[in-house]
Amino acid sequence: MNNKYLGKSIVIFSFVATIMIVVSIVYMVSEMYLNGKDYLTWEFLTEAPTKGMTAGGIFPAIVGTVLLVILMSIACVPLGTITAIYLNEYSNKKSIITKMIRFAVNTLAGIPSIVFGLFGLGFFIQFVGSGMDNVFSEPGQIQWGQPNILWASMTMAFLTIPIVIVSVEETLKSVPDELRAGSLALGATKWQTIKKIVIPNSISGILTGAILAIGRGAGEVAPILFTGAAYFLPYTPTQLTDQFMNLGYHIYVMATQSTDVEATKGIQYATAFILLACTFFLSFIAIIIRYRFRKKINI
Amino acid sequence: MIDKSKNITSKNSLDKKFRVSEFLAEYIIKAVSFTSFIGIILIFLFVFREASPILFPKEKSSTPKEFLQSETYGEEPSLEENITQENYSSFLSDGEKDVASFENLTGKDWQPVGEKPKYGLLPLFIGSLKVTLMAILFGAPIAIFAAIYSALFAPKKIREFIKPTIELLASFPSVVVGFFALVTLATIFQDLFGTTYRLNAFVGGFAMALAVIPIVYTITEDSLVAVPKYYSEASLALGATNWQTAFFVILPAATPGIFAALLLGFGRAFGETMIVLMATGNAPISSINPFEPVRTLSATIGAEMAEVVFGDMHYSVLFLIGSLLFIVTFLINAVAEFYVRAKLMKKFRGE
Repeated sequence: MNNKYLGKSIVIFSFVATIMIVVSIVYMVSEMYLNGKDYLTWEFLTEAPTKGMTAGGIFPAIVGTVLLVILMSIACVPLGTITAIYLNEYSNKKSIITKMIRFAVNTLAGIPSIVFGLFGLGFFIQFVGSGMDNVFSEPGQIQWGQPNILWASMTMAFLTIPIVIVSVEETLKSVPDELRAGSLALGATKWQTIKKIVIPNSISGILTGAILAIGRGAGEVAPILFTGAAYFLPYTPTQLTDQFMNLGYHIYVMATQSTDVEATKGIQYATAFILLACTFFLSFIAIIIRYRFRKKINI
Repeated sequence: MIDKSKNITSKNSLDKKFRVSEFLAEYIIKAVSFTSFIGIILIFLFVFREASPILFPKEKSSTPKEFLQSETYGEEPSLEENITQENYSSFLSDGEKDVASFENLTGKDWQPVGEKPKYGLLPLFIGSLKVTLMAILFGAPIAIFAAIYSALFAPKKIREFIKPTIELLASFPSVVVGFFALVTLATIFQDLFGTTYRLNAFVGGFAMALAVIPIVYTITEDSLVAVPKYYSEASLALGATNWQTAFFVILPAATPGIFAALLLGFGRAFGETMIVLMATGNAPISSINPFEPVRTLSATIGAEMAEVVFGDMHYSVLFLIGSLLFIVTFLINAVAEFYVRAKLMKKFRGE
């Protein structure tokens, strides 16, 4: 009968492990909220930092983050969607090209984010940017060959392409083959079928992919550490060559390099809570879209 | 657009007709989908290119060191100071033209700033390994047990709640986890264990476990669910109880998947930057004591890259560290992908 207790205890232990994870999530969120709630006002969201970053709001950081993810999505959503369409609709599963692309996507998903930062610095800023300066700018003037929001968002786009691909491919796979066959049988060409049947039926996947990518892009800091994020800027970026403030980077510098770490604790907690709330909100929407899509497919 | 009558009456009506739009669509899509592949090649090329001055030194500096003014801004990079600083910031001396030799790179000291910079990667490597192993040690058992619960024991309603909740942890920005470790966990652990240093490898490893858990959980859960139904049915039919089936039939069948989960968790933790940058104290000490501050490979890049002079030796060494991270995570992912997938396939086909 020992066995019976052993079985029970295993079930209980695994249940406890689950509860521990859930509790730590709740604890983290509530910690951010409770310590930062005094700062969570409308002014905090709409004002720039004041008094040497020890007071005021986080408006420029919010704007910077939003601009970053917009620029990033412009690059990564179409690229990811098209790659997914190629992999699922056109490619021959056994061809070398398909294997190469798949291998690349898997590898891209596993590279540490800091390496993307190095890549952004080495490729976009030092190579592409400096090259553009040599061609477009006046001699001696550095316009593109320095950290800015464009290079930061392009770096981030490379990081988020796999997320879009995986999400879009999942929905492409679940579009029934009968729909494709029906369209082809009616005389539509392959491209017409994809354009009129396959893509409209997998909009939800593209949306989910975009949302997940945005959530990831908003939260990652390592790739933008040296490709464009700024400690403090009195203005919001208006040009592609401007640097920008970023929520995640703001938390990092406030917590480790602020002139008065203790005085800004509340601001740090509040900023962390806002970043957390944004990413939660985004993944929540993604989950809902996915859930509704699965329901639709099942019916 | 489509001329049907012509198509039907023509001799080879079943042959595909050449259409410019079709041709263009296919080839544009094909070309665009190569971006990821080109991206990988570019990442490989450019990270290694910046590190190449070390790997292939072109010319040896003939200027004697004495003539180069090397400023340390009155700060001797002593170990004591590094430990007490929460964030070690380096001060760079201009005009360093030192060559990082093999001996220098494999040395025991990481002091990239000073008259005689030392680029020993050993303490950084040990630091990365220490934090990563701790993260796996704390995170993996919890994640695997949670996966077992939600895949095998939990009622359907609870499972539908647990799975998205734990996967929500994956969407936590690592900077928030790092911040949480820095301000909350560090204080809790110091009160609990009475450690000398507030930020140390233990805090970093514990926080990193939060980043590892969702990965290990998701992949383990998937591989447990993927075990064919007839495995458990056969076991139950032979009179085994629910948990016996879970532990002696389903779990062994899913071992390759769990192994893959551990590997991917390891890869993630090894390359993670923000958490270790904020929570480990960032002092390059090589010791096994988990309560001493450490500096990991990734945190070194994050902390020092902003302050180096482009193109000098320190800059190249940081890129070399980046290449190392690239290679290590690449290999880990490759092993997880190929080896494990092959094993799983074999198992479930009953070969």
